[in-house]
Amino acid sequence: MSTPTVTLHIPTPLRSATNDQATVNATGDTVRTALQNLVERYPDLKSNLYNDDGALRQFVNIYVDDEDIRYLDGPDTALTDGAEVSIVPSIAGGRSR
Amino acid sequence: MQADNQTATLSSEELRRYNRHLTLPEFGREGQEALKNASVLLVGAGGLGSPAAMYLAAAGVGHIGLVDFDHVEASNLQRQILYGTSDVGRPKLDAAEERLNDLNPHVEVTRHAVRLSSENALDIVDQYDVVADGTDNFPTRYLVNDACVLTGTPNVYASIFRFEGQVSVFATEDGPCYRCLYEEPPPPGLVPSCAEGGVLGVLPGLVGTLQATEVIKLLTGIGEPLIGRLLMINALSMNFRTLRVRKNPDCVICSDNPTQTELIDYEAFCGIPDANESTDDDMAVPETTVHELKQARDSGTAPFVLDVRKPHEAEIASIEADQLIPVDELPDRLSELNADAETPIVVHCRSGARSERATKFLRQKGYNASNLKGGILAWSKEIDDSVPTY
Ligand SMILES: [Zn+2]
Repeated sequence: MSTPTVTLHIPTPLRSATNDQATVNATGDTVRTALQNLVERYPDLKSNLYNDDGALRQFVNIYVDDEDIRYLDGPDTALTDGAEVSIVPSIAGGRSR
Repeated sequence: MQADNQTATLSSEELRRYNRHLTLPEFGREGQEALKNASVLLVGAGGLGSPAAMYLAAAGVGHIGLVDFDHVEASNLQRQILYGTSDVGRPKLDAAEERLNDLNPHVEVTRHAVRLSSENALDIVDQYDVVADGTDNFPTRYLVNDACVLTGTPNVYASIFRFEGQVSVFATEDGPCYRCLYEEPPPPGLVPSCAEGGVLGVLPGLVGTLQATEVIKLLTGIGEPLIGRLLMINALSMNFRTLRVRKNPDCVICSDNPTQTELIDYEAFCGIPDANESTDDDMAVPETTVHELKQARDSGTAPFVLDVRKPHEAEIASIEADQLIPVDELPDRLSELNADAETPIVVHCRSGARSERATKFLRQKGYNASNLKGGILAWSKEIDDSVPTY
């Protein structure tokens, strides 16, 4: 059985780390390994996604399809081929000053 | 609730005005009267608040409150359609009230020309049926969220960045709140602000009208509001997706056993040092005013001026700095700095916030650095108004 390939949605604030690509393919059978695969290829993402202890940052939510991984199995959430993984950080913008 | 039963019915002028609503089967006279008797508070009368306020006024929401204490600036006009060129320099709420009254004289507009704070938020929010949060900073966003949860006021939240937007409905009776989605704000500096990141002018138009749509749905009880769903909008790919937002059973403020039952200090919560509080460590950095810099330059004793903005910002407006190194790259590129430890360095950015961080960093490394107070905005205002503000 081959490792699943998933589509990762990269939010605008992090796209400078992925050569401006909005979606990136990655391989991994869990969210953890897919993100590892992503960070290996785009190392600048590391500090945005993980804190110094190597845990996912709290203001970065990860979704598999439309569900928050906090309500699945967290970073161990299993992935199937073609799953859509979204990185959704909090953004600030609106009233401009 | 402001309205009483006597204002609940529609006059013949109003019946004509709202004809296209009244003929909507889902809406009808009942929906229109619900709007007339309803009140909404818009936090921020800027990019999102502009279209939201105009559509809500046009739709006939009886009472619209606006919170904003800014003046109209030329750089607002690219997206803040409540204001016209002749309004530049006026208090936003003066111009907004005039515009909304002209749009629909049946709407009562209340101006809250204050900075929303832990002291006033509960009182203000409690006067309204629904809140629409269009603020651009994390302290106010958490403040609005918490005030909405504590007063039981639904909050139609929206946020934008460059070409991207998020919309959701928080703090309804059974739905999640913003803290269920993001327990804590990002540390300062890690997420660029709207001014640094830029925004496509039409995007707040798109997102602000979505906010207005959700407000109208909540007030009239029609349709399925974005409760428990986060709408993600990308204007470049023109993709709309919704993600599920669950009520966090351990949420500090909206769970059954909240650990937070009142408003807190949101600047501190978001890691922003209190400007009025002098701390005993080396937090405060020396400042140079724009007048001092001008004087030094005129008298031939100009300090070394370091611009820590992004290169594209220097293309928009410049005060002829000697060198540009973006603040986030400064630690890695310190060896490129064309000034030695003895040379007085004045660090500047747009408003003085990023340069304060850079100044702190340089001083830790032993440089004789000071922060240009108010940044390029102050320079433009007080020294040379040919330097554009943005
Ligand atoms: Zn909550």
